[in-house]
Amino acid sequence: MTATDPAKAASRPVPISIDPAIAPPGTRNFRDAGGIPADKWHADQNGETLVPTHCCFCGVQCGMYLRVDKGGKVFGVEPRNHDINRMRLCPKGINAYQQVNHPDRLTAPLMRRTRDEEFKECSWDEALDFTVSEIRRIQGAHGNDAFGLLGGASLYSEKTYLVGKFGRVALKTRHVDYNGRLCMVSAAGANKLAFGIDRAANPFSDILLTDCLLIAGSNVGECFPVMTQYIWGARDRGASLIVVDPRETAIARTADVHVAIKPGTDSAFFNAVLNVIVGEGLTDEAYLAAHTTGWDEVKKTVQDYPPARSAEICGVPASQIVQVARMFAGADKAMAFHARGVEHHSQGVENCLSIINVCVATGNLGKPGAGYGTITGQGNGQGGREHGQKSDLLPGGRSIMNEEHRRQICQIWGIEESELPLAGTSMMEMVWQMQRSEIRGLIGICNNPFVSLPNYATVKQGYDTLEFHAQFDFFLSETANNAHVVFPVTVWAEDEGVMANTEARVVKHNKAQEPPAGVRTDTWVMCELARRLGVGDKFDFPGSREVFEELRIASAGTVNDYYGITYERLEETGGIMWPCPSTDHPGTPRLFEGGKTFHPDGKVHMQVVEWHAPMDPYTEEYPLSLTTGRTVAHFLSGNQTRRLGALVEQTPRPWVEVHPSHGFRNGDPVRVVTRRGSEVFPALVTEAIRPDTVFIPYHWPVPTSANALTIDALDPRSKIPEYKVCAARIEAAERVDEVPAPPTAPGHEAYPETQVSRTDPLPPTSPQGRGTAERS
Amino acid sequence: MMGRTIFIDPGRCIGCQACVSACRECDSHRGKSMIHLDYTDPGMSVASLPSVCMHCEDPVAPCAEVCPADAILVTADGVVQQADTTRCIGCSNCVNACPFGIPKIDLQAKLQMKCNLCYDRTAYGLAPMCATVCPTGALFYGTLEELQAERPGVQVADSFVFGDVVVQTGVAMVVPADKVQWPVPGGLPVVEVNGVDVR
Ligand code: SF4
Ligand code: SF4
Repeated sequence: MTATDPAKAASRPVPISIDPAIAPPGTRNFRDAGGIPADKWHADQNGETLVPTHCCFCGVQCGMYLRVDKGGKVFGVEPRNHDINRMRLCPKGINAYQQVNHPDRLTAPLMRRTRDEEFKECSWDEALDFTVSEIRRIQGAHGNDAFGLLGGASLYSEKTYLVGKFGRVALKTRHVDYNGRLCMVSAAGANKLAFGIDRAANPFSDILLTDCLLIAGSNVGECFPVMTQYIWGARDRGASLIVVDPRETAIARTADVHVAIKPGTDSAFFNAVLNVIVGEGLTDEAYLAAHTTGWDEVKKTVQDYPPARSAEICGVPASQIVQVARMFAGADKAMAFHARGVEHHSQGVENCLSIINVCVATGNLGKPGAGYGTITGQGNGQGGREHGQKSDLLPGGRSIMNEEHRRQICQIWGIEESELPLAGTSMMEMVWQMQRSEIRGLIGICNNPFVSLPNYATVKQGYDTLEFHAQFDFFLSETANNAHVVFPVTVWAEDEGVMANTEARVVKHNKAQEPPAGVRTDTWVMCELARRLGVGDKFDFPGSREVFEELRIASAGTVNDYYGITYERLEETGGIMWPCPSTDHPGTPRLFEGGKTFHPDGKVHMQVVEWHAPMDPYTEEYPLSLTTGRTVAHFLSGNQTRRLGALVEQTPRPWVEVHPSHGFRNGDPVRVVTRRGSEVFPALVTEAIRPDTVFIPYHWPVPTSANALTIDALDPRSKIPEYKVCAARIEAAERVDEVPAPPTAPGHEAYPETQVSRTDPLPPTSPQGRGTAERS
Repeated sequence: MMGRTIFIDPGRCIGCQACVSACRECDSHRGKSMIHLDYTDPGMSVASLPSVCMHCEDPVAPCAEVCPADAILVTADGVVQQADTTRCIGCSNCVNACPFGIPKIDLQAKLQMKCNLCYDRTAYGLAPMCATVCPTGALFYGTLEELQAERPGVQVADSFVFGDVVVQTGVAMVVPADKVQWPVPGGLPVVEVNGVDVR
């Protein structure tokens, strides 16, 4: 076991904080359990060890200790005084450790030759040989591109690097993509266009220094709970808070202005805000003149968005637009944060650009307390796309279509340039290709598209058409349940590796426990497959550490420079923010200081944004907007959290949030119908949502799946699906369907505690208690 | 006034239930949470409020006072402990006596359980689990001075009125500044306290 000795951890140098003087109020340095002498706390705990690591879930990447017993098994969690979270954790983080020794864990490969057969446990050799023979058969008959690879942004960066390399070098296919495609690629695209770099501009601690905080399309309280300490901290210091969201979320509840915007109209809103800022002379002309290009065109475009026009489009009072403009532009230092609410649209990139334009026009960039940020959903949403897992990117954020970049990577990988495939398509497009049998074989690693992709019927059809499907997972997800081969792999606490959080802070996760017998790391499986495909020499990686060394070199000199980051440095610090070009470089917490961006001319390239209506038109038949999102107790497709007793108890099932004006009573079965299908949910009647909008949390599979209803329209640039708005209607239904239990593999028992609520269609008990007016 | 204790600020609570999950992890009652999360205006607002044991000081913990088996001990530093399992007879008197609805009875084991301010942690200088993890600081552990140093101007109340009884507690509640001079009404309509009109 490589568990770090807590006594040693305590004697380490003090972690380098972004600014040691800044700590969110209300987050005093409680005594860190890691510092308790072994003879006290540890003696009491039967010789337990505390292994410092991070939460496996969202993009905050809270530090935590895993409690490991004398037998080397993870059995609990202890808060950790890490720079990011200062002991804070959300319920997902507190319960995450229960995954490690969960009875649903897969412990032997599963295999079947056709989907009519039942899964049977088999040996690793059988599973690997069958997979390799299927790869050979499909690629032999239909070409290399007939086989696809889909990765995940919850994987360590080492593994995402390996996914990109495995796809291009071992499978030799252009069809490599990942589920971060469903997360923040719109923000990434916008940031690249405007600034030439794809990451948030400021560290969390800058939030504490701002005077005005604008949060758009982000339910911070539920999706990134630990970030709220920074927001309340800013509030304590007098910052004003603007929240743009169709729902009154926990953060919106206390905001100075809550703009309850109609889904899909964000860019019209922000164009109007900029219109007012220009009209009232609140722009920072000196900054614009010195550091930007494209301002004149942007200024001209926003003339077409007077508050009255946008107010109509967005369904908000024009006076609010004026108020937001004055508050944001009038503040000394202002910051804007956004998340999936503005990014999950067929104009997601443009929505982000319209917010960036507001920040840039007011000179709010590159200063403490002034800037912008996108909040990543998945733990490694940021790091997951930096090193070549995305269809159009090579390691270091290099473009796969750029001759120079291709040459550099081919040199590092030791392959001919002609061997390196070109850019492939995005995750959703790959599903369409599966439907058309253009992609006939697929390996999925750490993703669950059966729950997480929009338009379930299409997704199911695509996957069912596959001749061969293999999936890496540690629980049998709904998607793995469709596969021919399932490889049982490690959970996060059984391997080491790095992740980059929302701030682009690279943090190191440590290994707390040996994997159960029969389980291998994703790294081992990919390397073993590569060996059997005849390219073992390029995949000689005994573990994450060796992959990271190659990753560092492959990123050197790029915008996403990791070269100066080493495991040793990460263990000594609270994480390092890239770019970090040399081992004595402190990392780059704040971008654009002095106004310089990462474009060759060093300027911000402002982009013109025009508002377009969402792709799914409203009609008399479908008059409402359906929007989706998360709940605090569950993570993404729920494959992990729908098995943990406490989290299931907290939020046992989805619901549909409807305004009282529709005449439903709390708990009534409501059928939500869109052009893709219909599903029935219990009503959660609340004033906290717009009358023309309904909301469903998306963590569950059919028959209680939000994504059976959402539209698979994509943003033309980022190819992100338009999850956050589609046309819908609601009607009374007879009864609510049961929430399906997650599938379990043969020979495994479902976690008994999680069974409590599943078969019992309870009235909704939202963690927020929004609709519990008639609680039983 | 109070020493090191929990301060509850409902204005910050986001209803995430991290406190509830964290409470389950406490070694003194592992697997069971002693925190209630209440919704103050359900159906209208997302506002929520965590209730932990208030560790009543005056009158001395009603739960302890009514316990026929003398199972509920109050420590010298004012922590009202959960019932001593060797004494508790599971009679539920404490449940009925508590004005805040805190103690729970494990019906199978016929034993009382309640928040004991994470005595297993605080004794070692660690904060209680709930206040440690609460992402917003809605639950804060420390002294009043420490709280006020970080949240300038914040006001707290540590007395609650129930009918004509005023209960002074060890755990305090953050209140709007203009409310602080009046005890926080708890449950029943309050007209006057000690001859003072508190409407
Ligand atoms: S899910 Fe996010 S906020 Fe919650 S503990 Fe994990 S990293 Fe922190
Ligand atoms: S952890 Fe804090 S914010 Fe979350 S429900 Fe409990 S008191 Fe409220």
